[in-house]
Amino acid sequence: MTAHSSTINAVIANRRGRTRRYAVVLSVLLVLVVAVFAVTLAVGQSVTPPGDVLRVLLGEEVAGASFSVGQLRLPRAVLSILAGLCFGLGGVAFQVMLRNPLASPDIIGITSGAGAAAVFAIVVLSMSGPIVSVFAIVAGLGVALLVYGLSFRNGVAGTRLILVGIGVSAMLQSVIAYILQSAPAWSLQEAMRWLTGSVNGAKLDQALPLLFALLFFGGVLLSRSRDLEALRLGDDMAAALGTRVSRTRMLVIVAAVGLIASATAATGPIAFVAFLSGPIAGRIVRNDGSLLIPSALTGAVLVLAADYVGQHLLPGRYPVGVVTGALGAPYLIYLIIRVNRIGGSL
Amino acid sequence: MTDHLLVATGLSAGYDDTEILHGLDLTVPPGRITVIVGANACGKSTFLRTLSRLISPSKGQVLLDGKSIHRTPSRDLARTLGLLPQSPIAPEGITVADLVSRGRHPHQSLFSRWTRQDDEAVDSALSATKTFELAERPVDELSGGQRQRVWIAMALAQQTDILLLDEPTTFLDINHQIEVLDLLTDLNRTRGTTVVMVLHDLNLAARYADHLVALAEGRVHVSGTPEAVLTEDTVRHVFGLESRVITDPTSGRPIMLPIGRHRMAASTDTAREPSSKEKNA
Amino acid sequence: MTAATLKTSRGRWSAASGSNRTRGLWLAGLVVLPLVFVFLSVTIGTRNVGWADIAAGIGGAQDNIGRAAVALRIPRTFLALLAGGALGLAGAIMQGVTRNPLADPGILGVNMGASLAVVVGVAWFGMSSAYAYIWTAIAGAGGAAIFVYTIGSLGRGGATPLKLALAGAATSVAFASLVIAIVLPRGDIAGGIQSWQIGGVGGATYQRILPVLPFLAVGFAISLLSARKLNSLALGDDLAAGLGENVAVARAVASLGAILLCGATTAICGPIGFLGLVVPHVCRLLIGVDHRWLLPFSALGGACLLLAADVLGRIVARPAEIDVGIITALIGAPFFIWIVRNQRVRDL
Repeated sequence: MTAHSSTINAVIANRRGRTRRYAVVLSVLLVLVVAVFAVTLAVGQSVTPPGDVLRVLLGEEVAGASFSVGQLRLPRAVLSILAGLCFGLGGVAFQVMLRNPLASPDIIGITSGAGAAAVFAIVVLSMSGPIVSVFAIVAGLGVALLVYGLSFRNGVAGTRLILVGIGVSAMLQSVIAYILQSAPAWSLQEAMRWLTGSVNGAKLDQALPLLFALLFFGGVLLSRSRDLEALRLGDDMAAALGTRVSRTRMLVIVAAVGLIASATAATGPIAFVAFLSGPIAGRIVRNDGSLLIPSALTGAVLVLAADYVGQHLLPGRYPVGVVTGALGAPYLIYLIIRVNRIGGSL
Repeated sequence: MTDHLLVATGLSAGYDDTEILHGLDLTVPPGRITVIVGANACGKSTFLRTLSRLISPSKGQVLLDGKSIHRTPSRDLARTLGLLPQSPIAPEGITVADLVSRGRHPHQSLFSRWTRQDDEAVDSALSATKTFELAERPVDELSGGQRQRVWIAMALAQQTDILLLDEPTTFLDINHQIEVLDLLTDLNRTRGTTVVMVLHDLNLAARYADHLVALAEGRVHVSGTPEAVLTEDTVRHVFGLESRVITDPTSGRPIMLPIGRHRMAASTDTAREPSSKEKNA
Repeated sequence: MTAATLKTSRGRWSAASGSNRTRGLWLAGLVVLPLVFVFLSVTIGTRNVGWADIAAGIGGAQDNIGRAAVALRIPRTFLALLAGGALGLAGAIMQGVTRNPLADPGILGVNMGASLAVVVGVAWFGMSSAYAYIWTAIAGAGGAAIFVYTIGSLGRGGATPLKLALAGAATSVAFASLVIAIVLPRGDIAGGIQSWQIGGVGGATYQRILPVLPFLAVGFAISLLSARKLNSLALGDDLAAGLGENVAVARAVASLGAILLCGATTAICGPIGFLGLVVPHVCRLLIGVDHRWLLPFSALGGACLLLAADVLGRIVARPAEIDVGIITALIGAPFFIWIVRNQRVRDL
């Protein structure tokens, strides 16, 4: 049986190669997040020496750095990372579950739903703090159920779900526009947060509820990562492999909506991060492992980098959503062209 | 391998409000190849999907070793009962080896590590389906026949004693159809896997089945050996088609030749005479 | 065939496609209905004005605030009529040209394309004349239409409803992002971001309306004249060609009419969505699929709906008013979903 032992060695080598590549990808992404985080802390209008940044992070008072790093750059960077992780994770969960990159929460209306609820809670109901997030999560779930329910007809067809989502999204966008229009006292900056997403004026205490949401909902999602991988083979195949399809789907929807809505309540619907992270991560990881964590890290890099670009590298200051929007839109079109030509999926 | 017993009793099932199966009974002979045939919309696929718990029956039940499969934990069931659905989806760019290893899903849990046993299962599935040479290639690039072999390999890696297949030969050229059916026969003979499949082609069904089941209008019309099932009467009842059934000189199995309204050679007249008399009677 | 059978078969035929008599009744209705809405639009506003002042305001008097408000409502009403008619007609044309029930100048990104082109012209090229606005908007509308149609028809099956709608929605979102990116740092651009993202007819004056009239006139003429061509196209490209229609030319001509209408409308109103989706569908239910009837009906219906939406926007949020683009989206999006639900998946 020498032939047999040589083939099994090849199988093992193949599998180990995949595991190794996946580990490399994860480490590179992690390093990238840390690197971009460090750069955004150290380099702004002025350059702060790395030593000073570190001392501020450790809680020391450093003249000239405590304010710019500790009060301005740090909250902004922390909020960017958290929001990016949430958007990346929630987005890819939807895309994988529905086996379609276009089924991301920002295209099928869930982000708009959370955004509309948040802006309604803040402007009309004068709420603030974590209750806004709760409001946004409930609304996000409501929209998810609505879109799902409206696309249900002898089973949910993916294309119908996306089109219904586009319709629902258009409606919610105009609700947001209406609320903003009827609150003329608002500054453009604040309005921009709800139109495209922004981390301007970020505070560290905004980060805490977001962190909790990330840990809780993210944990739920990661515990389902194997079942999500099985769902990529089709509902029937996943069921044949012993996945409880509808239960998995329920859990994933709740967790992903929780992530997206919490992030939206904190930063507004940062355009296309949920949509972009998954396909980008998919390009890097290919099929070497679950897309969840790579996509979350990609989201974090995207938001951090886009905010940095919007603040420091462009003439004039742009909120992060404008940058990710301008970046994501061409990619969206490219993706549609590609899907149309070869009929592929994520 | 142990012989698991899969039994359907009084099975009614369907979609939404339409009931497609009306009280269907079937015992799947263990260790044999069972083929289900029938006209379109007779409930073939619905039956297979109910057997593999993709659909819950409205009445009756499916028993695996005396226990209802709809009450068995799905992961446990997936270690005994495998299914290859009609149109499974291969994630873009996935390689053959990766796809086949996905078949190990029910044998793993959240924190368990990949074991030697898993590797061996993948290896033997690749070897048995002769897809080993393809292992590193993306599934997208394979031909239809190769791709179907890969899917079967994945189902094999699942290491179930019973394997259900929903029209495994659809969209394949005839040479690939034979290739796939030969492969399934090999598996049945060497591993003792119980195979249950839906096939469209009556002659191929009769050729490869140990046990042939003809469905009509959501019920089992007749079941048994191919010789007992594939008769001119069955074809008339199940498909509403006049035909002649002769014996295939190669396999010794019955083979059905449809009789249309045209292109009648003189010699067939003798064959047609009795059947038209039957009709009048 | 005897005279009797001929008669009955013709009777059955015309009953199936909406008899001329029903059409006539609806047509009369659609002429009266805009008049009613015109009356409402002039009399109702965010400000309550007495009848005497309304009459004086219509006469042109602007000596008190009520009368001045009424005087402002007249060009606004006129614009709403024109824009609604143009968008309703353009929607019918687009649905005919693409044989796609989800086609609409808003959904297909055509209006956003016009919007983006104008914003680019204003922000980067210092464009200011009304004619420059209109030409740019039309060019933008045309560019966006060609772009979306090209993307949507790549791959298997040609321009299916799903692919076109997705390509259009994606393009719309893309253009909207670009509009924000361009307008945001430029406080000097008239109307700011909102007016280039959400259309409205407020603030209309005759001076602003006048330059687009010739464009709209040409657009209406081309569009209405392509009814016969659209009827052939409805049978499918192959059959239309078999009937002697030059398919490519028919498509191009009809599209040109629709693009003129969308571009000119967007140049003064900004992007107004969903109107072109809803109106032709409703009209098709009323009078059937013959484009010789459908096109004028869609124009009249669009005018009615936009007027109604504008009046609604003035009264629901008093003393503020809601842009008509918001109202049409709130009405139109559920309609869009309804169509999606009723289409068979196979067709999508």
